[in-house]
Amino acid sequence: MTDTLSPGGQPALSPQNAAIIQLTRKDFVSDQEVRWCPGCGDYSILAQTQKVMPDFGYPKENIVFISGIGCSGRLPYYMNTYGFHSIHGRAPAIATGLKAARPDLMVWVITGDGDALSIGGNHLIHSMRRNVDIRVIMFNNRIYGLTKGQASPTSEIGKVTKSTPLGTVDYPISPLTIALAAEASFIARSVDTHTEHLQQTLTRAGFHRGSVFTEVLQNCNIFNDGAHREFTDRDVREDRMLVLEHGQPMIFGKDRDMGLRLNGYQPEVVKLGDDFRVEDLLVHDEQDPLIAFMLSRLYWPDFPVPVGVIRDVRRPTHDELVTNQIEEAIAARGEGNLQALLSGNDTWTVK
Amino acid sequence: MTTTNEREIPMEELERVTIRFAGDSGDGMQVTGTQFTRTSAVFGNDVSTLPDFPAEIRAPAGSLPGVSGFQISFSSTDIHTPGDEPDVLVAMNPAALKVNLGELPAGAALIVNEDAFTATNLAKAGYASNPLKDGSLHNWNVFSIPISTLNTRALEGLEMTSKQMDLTKNFFALGVMFWLYERSMEPTLQWIGDKFKKRPVFADANKRALRAGYAFGETTEIFHSRYMVPRAPQRPGTYRNLTGNEGAALGFVAASVKANRPLFYGSYPITPASDILHELASYKTFGVKTFQAEDEIAAIGSAIGASYGGAMGMTGTSGPGIALKSEAMGLAVMVELPLVVVDVQRAGPSTGMPTKNEQADLLQVLYGRNSDSPVAVVAPATPGETFWYAFEAWRLALKYMTPVVFLSDAFLATGAEPWPIPSVDDLPDISVPNRTEKAGFRPYDRDPQTLARPWAVPGTPGLEHRIGGLEKADLTGNVSYDPENHHRMQELRQAKIAGIANDIPELEVNGPAEGDLLILGWGSTYGSIRSAVERLQARGHSVAHAHMRYLNPFPRNTGDVVKAYKRVMIPEINLGQLSMLIRARYLVDAQGYNKVRGKPFRISEIEAEAERLIAELRGASR
Repeated sequence: MTDTLSPGGQPALSPQNAAIIQLTRKDFVSDQEVRWCPGCGDYSILAQTQKVMPDFGYPKENIVFISGIGCSGRLPYYMNTYGFHSIHGRAPAIATGLKAARPDLMVWVITGDGDALSIGGNHLIHSMRRNVDIRVIMFNNRIYGLTKGQASPTSEIGKVTKSTPLGTVDYPISPLTIALAAEASFIARSVDTHTEHLQQTLTRAGFHRGSVFTEVLQNCNIFNDGAHREFTDRDVREDRMLVLEHGQPMIFGKDRDMGLRLNGYQPEVVKLGDDFRVEDLLVHDEQDPLIAFMLSRLYWPDFPVPVGVIRDVRRPTHDELVTNQIEEAIAARGEGNLQALLSGNDTWTVK
Repeated sequence: MTTTNEREIPMEELERVTIRFAGDSGDGMQVTGTQFTRTSAVFGNDVSTLPDFPAEIRAPAGSLPGVSGFQISFSSTDIHTPGDEPDVLVAMNPAALKVNLGELPAGAALIVNEDAFTATNLAKAGYASNPLKDGSLHNWNVFSIPISTLNTRALEGLEMTSKQMDLTKNFFALGVMFWLYERSMEPTLQWIGDKFKKRPVFADANKRALRAGYAFGETTEIFHSRYMVPRAPQRPGTYRNLTGNEGAALGFVAASVKANRPLFYGSYPITPASDILHELASYKTFGVKTFQAEDEIAAIGSAIGASYGGAMGMTGTSGPGIALKSEAMGLAVMVELPLVVVDVQRAGPSTGMPTKNEQADLLQVLYGRNSDSPVAVVAPATPGETFWYAFEAWRLALKYMTPVVFLSDAFLATGAEPWPIPSVDDLPDISVPNRTEKAGFRPYDRDPQTLARPWAVPGTPGLEHRIGGLEKADLTGNVSYDPENHHRMQELRQAKIAGIANDIPELEVNGPAEGDLLILGWGSTYGSIRSAVERLQARGHSVAHAHMRYLNPFPRNTGDVVKAYKRVMIPEINLGQLSMLIRARYLVDAQGYNKVRGKPFRISEIEAEAERLIAELRGASR
């Protein structure tokens, strides 16, 4: 098994390893009783996460789940890997230190819209701009669930909650736009109930090296039931969501007859037929920042909601850069000599 | 009249001299002071220094807030402080004179750059008339030197602008001082050569300025005496000059080597702690990883993450940063991971006076978290001790799986003293093993001696487990809301820290084991207290000094020590924090002596307060 691990003890992400290590979904189920409200979207996210985990070819002791506070924060208890349920909003900071110290680990951060975008906004932004090799999965239910129903940074304006009896006056944040501005190298969106798509997205997220930001639209059936129903329900989702595929024209609709094109600089939904053909449509490119930005701004009801991988680029990760600096320093000057360091350059001797 | 070359200048021997260099923050006073310090240390004096720089990087030139100072005391005997009052003030402009004159005792020497006493500069400093001419300085021994003019003349012919030339005048002043106190120019000439290796014109200019100042001292007739401070008796050994921040950084990297684990330092820039980040960032060949975080919370969060991964995760800041880190410190208490938190205290509350000294974070680091949240606290007393207590902080953190606060302050951080360089072979091994044995593993099982839980790091097969900020069930570490369990865990966390008392030295007493007065201190007040006590003892008073380096837990004999004297005086640069703890813990009527001016105590004021207490005691017993 160790033969296939890359030098320096850093396991390679590879299906080959997966075949050798031979873990199954069950290996990732911990002995802890799962405690979310019956019907919560988190169950599905947990199940899909456990399901895709064996695919990465990582020994499970090399996988760490770190969370903050909120309903999402409980997920690490249910994963039979190493786990750290930390404090509100700080999971990306803790993960950054862990990954810098231990490049050999595969680190996942489980967070929610309040945890990631409100109290932890700063850490999220900076972990993404540093391209820290962590996989942030943000459950977005547009509400504070664990504290029993206050408006969150993604709640729609005017939303009536316990803390906003006359409706919130705060405009919602766009998570994907934030991730783009912060230069996350992998940005995606999926839905709790679209299990197959969620698995595909988590798999892509898992294989990416660098900062992953994946928004999972999730339902809170207690405090914000139907959070995303308007476009995720089975009977409407094909018409109201745009499933992105790299290199493919942006087509959607039950009958695959709707598409997205650029009219000047403006995106426009068109019906395929006499006026518009497939060649007129935008082709998705995961490396194109302008397309990514445009997609991050599209939302129901003005546009279909894009899901899938918005952006996937490769650039050196934070831990690679940190490690390189140390290796280069040692290559140039040799390993540190503590006695010489303590002495410094300027000494005198008393006899 | 003698000719300049043949002039016989008497040499006077002094035991100790204190010089304060003061000028505009752009005048290079820190460099000047540091060079004088180095030269004196290399010569063999005992030295102690106190830089005093403004918070503004470049306040308007010539203004009062822009004044930067550096005080050095050098001596032929063992000294503990940078001196109460300067014997000599070097003032490079009117603002520097105005800011510092109040602390210059009558009769002291005052060396001024008269060229800077222009109408504009006088106005900026708020002088209605020129103090060099209006007789207001008659209490002092004034040496008025046209430093700028003489310096520019010495640099004639160099390809430099006159502005660039003027930037070297501090070296002219330094040259004058070197001559006056018979110091060698060699170390500084060497330093200039190294510093301006790539800019030979600047090297040449600064060297010329230094030599010109020295020659001026030799040839001018304004000085009627030179002074000699002989070498101090120092223990044999090899020494270097060390500031507290340097010492701390060295101690941390030494701990990393002796624990055989990589060091990770997450920090956010803050005065006066940033130098520790700068130092550690240059130790890459020791495998040290530094992380300039987006904020104070991320800094400690990253450190906790690194420790979770098996590295030696640490963070450093000053008081306002500790306030931001307190929630995460509580997390580290709950998950029981090793962590060192550096607090280089400064004057507060809030932003306070960032470059000024205070020791008022003691209660904050002990109690500034929600719930009962015990952490160990160590506090070095001198710049040289920072190394040893940085090392000790890590020894405790690793052995007891706990956060440890390393409590320094601005005075220790920037102050310097000669430091006997330890041999790496003499440093103890402080390594601890990771848990790898699968059989019987429970995340919150405890070592019966230390009560430390096992360190089972990710990557260890078979030990997959979950930790977090929720209360842990004893032994298993599972989430628990059980009332009895919570009570037991609170007591266990407390007992673990309390048990450290058996693993640290007893509180040492300097002076009689019992008697009239104990002066009890902690942190950077050491030098002032020690000097005051030496003077009091020399006058026959029954006075002892004890200095606490461990503030949680207290050394186990602390109660016995404080109860062995008729009076206990606790000087602190806060409004009474250790004194409150000592009174509460041991029910003794300790008296606080508290001054918060952003400055260290003067020896004389501690002496006076001690004498007052002794007189009161005599009065009471009569």
